[in-house]
Amino acid sequence: MAEERLDTAYRVETPEAIDLEARLAGPVPRALAYAIDLALRILIWISCLIVLVWAGDPGIGLLLLIVFLLEWIYPVAFEYWADGQTPGKRLFGIAVVGEDLHPLTFGSAVLRNLLRAADFMPFGHAIGLVAMTSNRGFQRLGDLAAGTLVIHRPLPAGQVPETAAALPDAPPSPPPFPVTLDERLAIVALAQRHASLSKERQRELADLLRGPLHAEGDVALARLHGIAHWLLGER
Amino acid sequence: MKQLEFEARHAGSWAALEATVASFDARAAGGERLPEQYRALCHQLAVARQRGYSPDLLERLNALVLRLHRHVYRHRSRRESILLRFALLDFPRGVREQTRFVAAAAALFLLPAIGFGLGCHWNDDLIYGLMDADRVREMERMYDGASRAIGLRRESDTDAFMFAFYIRHNIGIAFQTFATGILVAVGPALALVYNGAVLGAVAGHLTAIGSGDTFWPFVIGHGAFELTAIVLCGAAGLRLGFAWLLPGTRSRRAALRRAGGSCLVIVYGATAMLVVAAFLEAFWSSKESLGSMPRIVAGAAAWVVVLGYFVLGGRSRVASRAEPTNGA
Repeated sequence: MAEERLDTAYRVETPEAIDLEARLAGPVPRALAYAIDLALRILIWISCLIVLVWAGDPGIGLLLLIVFLLEWIYPVAFEYWADGQTPGKRLFGIAVVGEDLHPLTFGSAVLRNLLRAADFMPFGHAIGLVAMTSNRGFQRLGDLAAGTLVIHRPLPAGQVPETAAALPDAPPSPPPFPVTLDERLAIVALAQRHASLSKERQRELADLLRGPLHAEGDVALARLHGIAHWLLGER
Repeated sequence: MKQLEFEARHAGSWAALEATVASFDARAAGGERLPEQYRALCHQLAVARQRGYSPDLLERLNALVLRLHRHVYRHRSRRESILLRFALLDFPRGVREQTRFVAAAAALFLLPAIGFGLGCHWNDDLIYGLMDADRVREMERMYDGASRAIGLRRESDTDAFMFAFYIRHNIGIAFQTFATGILVAVGPALALVYNGAVLGAVAGHLTAIGSGDTFWPFVIGHGAFELTAIVLCGAAGLRLGFAWLLPGTRSRRAALRRAGGSCLVIVYGATAMLVVAAFLEAFWSSKESLGSMPRIVAGAAAWVVVLGYFVLGGRSRVASRAEPTNGA
């Protein structure tokens, strides 16, 4: 399908023999998440600086250790212990997972973040960006070596609307022609999205079925809504 | 079965699972029936897809499966013996598995070191080709046997500071050396050659001007750990770069992932060695009061131990009995 070439959907077949689907996160949300993390790290560094600058040489030493931890350990620790999310990634609802959509192992968290030093070169993650745009999974070099992906976390339960509630009122009626799976999907989706699509666009789409429905515009649309009810199982 | 009937039949179990997942996210324990429920859910998703049920239902089920998948397949490692196992088996074996790259990295480091060492010993001007005059003067002052600058300036406060400095500086550079290896191995090669050349030049120059008595006791102790670790990180970087350059019969992606796993072992070990080195460099090597001879003897012993560890470590019978658990 052409959709698969353009889409950011990523599919993995699990041992339960189903295709699991996740949405890949592109360079923009990842860069923004990185910026948030960077700001947070600088903030932590400055607050430590203010406290420790009074403590003389041992204080500066401690500060150097903190810089080291912020530079190299901060992303690893969050990605491993906080479910693949640094604070920045959490803010943007994205997370690092393994290529099979399993949670990250410690080793892959370390490797992908060590290799950030290479992705960062020569400045501003330029190499990483080139790598990301040249493979299907938006993976930078570190992701490729560690076998990791960055995906959008699905919305928590409850934020996805219920099926029947989303349909406009219409008496269920059987379709006047045999319906294929794709057509079924299209008709139900059209009815479910009645609130978010403009009326004109909906009429236009309904007009595509002018022939078999023997109707146009609002009439055709109302008939399609009825057919959607029927297809979902109402009688 | 029509979609609404299907939804009505399973709505209860989906709501229950969604509640369970929500409680997982708050780190609660998982139920014993979870795998069974998870498989049932997977089946329902497959059925729903096959029958062309509406996209929002598929999305809801897919999201639920995705979240459960994360918990059902969570990777749990046995924590207890991992560190010991790593130190006794995995690290020395991991290094020996990469003998060719370790040898190449050692050559890239040692040949310039020896070359510049001898060169700077014989020719007083050669060192200025590598370092600018200010740095040379600074270094000569530091290791000047007469003023004993290191011993005088370094108090114990400063030792702690130096420890932190060596950790941040040396480990950061080692990580960088490794990571840039993925860019066709150029990074580690340059880093090894440069560091080797500078070390050799400094050693040769200081020995020639008569500061060898201060210099050698200082570097020999932590050098066993630090120089070895630098070579190992370089070797890991080379390995990574060559996985990319010459993937052999694998795809580049697969070769890179394989190399990544074996390199990690080396990087972990090298990092631990650099921590040891930083500790020695801060608290031991600079102790002029201990005298030269004890530090040289201890330093030589450290070299024997480190090299012996990599040659012999992880070879015993006990070791091979513990083997089958973990390959990567």
